[in-house]
Amino acid sequence: MTQTIAVIDYGMGNLRSVAKAVEHVAAAADRVLVTDDPEQILSADRVVFPGQGAARDCMAAISDHHLNQAILDAAKHKPFLGICMGLQVLMAFSEENGGTKLLQLLPGTVRHFERNVADNGERLKIPHMGWNRVHHVTDHPLWRDIQQDSRFYFVHSYFVAPQDREIIAATTDYGITFTSAVARENLFAVQFHPEKSARDGLTLLRNFVQWNL
Amino acid sequence: MLAKRIIPCLDVDNGRVVKGVRFVDIRDAGDPVEVARRYDREGADEITFLDITASADNRETIVHVVEQVASEVFIPLTVGGGIRTVDDVRRMLNAGADKVGINTAAVFNPEFVKEAAERFGSQCIVVAIDAKRVSGDDEPLRWEVFTHGGRKSAGLDAIEWAKKMADYGAGEILLTSMDRDGTKIGFDLELTRAISRAVPIPVIASGGVGNLDHLVAGVQEGEADAVLAASIFHFAQYSVGEAKQYMADRGIEVRL
Repeated sequence: MTQTIAVIDYGMGNLRSVAKAVEHVAAAADRVLVTDDPEQILSADRVVFPGQGAARDCMAAISDHHLNQAILDAAKHKPFLGICMGLQVLMAFSEENGGTKLLQLLPGTVRHFERNVADNGERLKIPHMGWNRVHHVTDHPLWRDIQQDSRFYFVHSYFVAPQDREIIAATTDYGITFTSAVARENLFAVQFHPEKSARDGLTLLRNFVQWNL
Repeated sequence: MLAKRIIPCLDVDNGRVVKGVRFVDIRDAGDPVEVARRYDREGADEITFLDITASADNRETIVHVVEQVASEVFIPLTVGGGIRTVDDVRRMLNAGADKVGINTAAVFNPEFVKEAAERFGSQCIVVAIDAKRVSGDDEPLRWEVFTHGGRKSAGLDAIEWAKKMADYGAGEILLTSMDRDGTKIGFDLELTRAISRAVPIPVIASGGVGNLDHLVAGVQEGEADAVLAASIFHFAQYSVGEAKQYMADRGIEVRL
């Protein structure tokens, strides 16, 4: 059956690689739409919500494109995949830019990496950039065929700290143990970039386009 | 923990890989798309394209290369060479690059780095620094930033410059020793360590790799977050997979 997968475009960062990776794993009949149109987001079967850049700019861009409601609606009602800033802005509040109010779908905050030296004495560079292990803490259809502790590509300086620990789907260690994926009903959101994480990343995206609630 | 990255680099001239690639099972040895595919299969953590096309008229060719690679290789792609304006950055990102390398343009106009980082985010701005030792034998070590392929000093202290670029919003430093580039005798480890310790952002070591021990030393002694090499991979002297296994066997965390 053909389906429409919307990739939300609000002018923050490079969505092309996300769209290309989704196209790569989608069925031939599926439509992958890169769009900033709330109507198209609301009528799509699935929604991918990527994002890069600073929290305040992202929130401003979402608001300028009148996307707040469409994003919140999609995140409550249909298979929804947040990536990087697309995870962070779902939270309530970020420390970034002197404090930024976010979409407030998920209780909790977005915090800056504080430590610059690990327990073993190794320096921790910020941004956390590169391939790190993702430790599944729940079973989830999106982890299918992905081994425990596989490496995914990260690039970020802030991480989410959800209030409700039940929604944590994976954790990653970088000086501290932080939440690298959350899952709640129809929503799945990751701090890493599946579109840049080679085979395991594509597997996760394929699991998403095939995910039946 | 975070893995150290191994980044093969392709020098591209008019849309063709130069430095003579000799892979037996690649039909067209000069095709950057085929070479990138191969590096991806071998487990490269990222791929960097350095566009050395001299004529501005032929710069579009790298855009097509990036477009093609990005539609089938799903790891981070960096493009450097000839990035001078915000429009150049946007064009590369739209083609599917994840990061752009800014070199000469940063030296002549540091504000450009700030502008690009603000516009597109630090995560996609790599500042490339070509550094050369300028200290005499009995003096404390000192390096300066060079332009024009290592021929002209920009009159900037390399460590101070790296710090400034990190302040201006660079997400990463690609550090090339012009003393070592092409020599195959290993990275300038003192330079790499000095820069890596001076900045809070990741540093990619480049210039001088001739064998796998050099990659190990770049991480262990140079304290680099990533190592970049061209010729050892180009000539299929080693595969990316062999390099990673070798590093893993010596206690370095890599993605296998």
